[in-house]
Amino acid sequence: MTGRAAANASVPARFKPGDAVSVRRAHPPGHIRTPWYIRGHSGTVVHALGSFANPEELAYNRPGLPAQPLYRVRFRQREIWPDYAGNAADTLDIEIFQHWLEPAGSER
Amino acid sequence: MNEPHDHAHEHHDHAHPHRHPPRPDTDDTLGHFQIMEIAVRELLIGKGIVSPDEVQRAIEAMDARGEALGAKIVARAWTDPAFKARLMADGTEAVRDFGVDMGTTRLFVVENTSTVHNVVVCTLCSCYPRMVLGLPPDWYKSRNYRSRTVREPRAVLQEFGTVVPADTEVRVHDSTADMRYLVLPERPSGTDGWSAEQLAALVSRDAMIGVAFARTP
Repeated sequence: MTGRAAANASVPARFKPGDAVSVRRAHPPGHIRTPWYIRGHSGTVVHALGSFANPEELAYNRPGLPAQPLYRVRFRQREIWPDYAGNAADTLDIEIFQHWLEPAGSER
Repeated sequence: MNEPHDHAHEHHDHAHPHRHPPRPDTDDTLGHFQIMEIAVRELLIGKGIVSPDEVQRAIEAMDARGEALGAKIVARAWTDPAFKARLMADGTEAVRDFGVDMGTTRLFVVENTSTVHNVVVCTLCSCYPRMVLGLPPDWYKSRNYRSRTVREPRAVLQEFGTVVPADTEVRVHDSTADMRYLVLPERPSGTDGWSAEQLAALVSRDAMIGVAFARTP
């Protein structure tokens, strides 16, 4: 269960559509909404969706505040799966919370 | 969609003659979460927090939602450009016209065109636009669909009989957080002048998930 949160209890947005981002290659325990397959990969922000209570906190009945900006990020399938058999232009869009994103190239 | 094991035992001249052990029926025993649901529901009723009628009405309301509602929304978008613009800009607000309240989630509509084919999956669980399409089909919740749609979407689509041209971009939407996705299929050709009611009959649940095209007249 997640939810829209008041703007005044939100972390400021770091990214905007068009920004190149990488998903953190992190493996914390708990209820995580960032699938393994996308961690460490780089894509482009296509939508800034506003801020939502952090599901990693909500899962434990905590308020999930301050809310985290949520983005739709687009990846090239060939970037995710090097042996991807479909069209080179095929893509995947996925919602990623800001605390899982870094500017592309800054991920070690 | 095919089950993942179409090998060996279906080909009797194959080198692996073993049979899989029969899968036990699981519909006659309650699992952990089924027992928990019953316990919590009985507690809520016992403490007077909800009434049995309210529970029944909520179940009936969910059962009443189905592809017909989604199809009406799609057909209106096909016939009313101003509505389509609102639907694409803010699906959550636009579907209020149909009495749909998205609750804590938001509706995000993605449009199929001659250059992009969208398909929706939830790899983590079974997030689905229930408020406009009702309960998801069983295959949507299967591990097979969830894992393969992000990895080999064209192969999965082909199993649904949906062949997307090679020069059309396949765009998979993994529904991981607060958005719920509805695919706006391409309006079939040969439907000029059709009413929204006629068009709605061409729109299947699968077309609004993106594993099928709208029916052709």
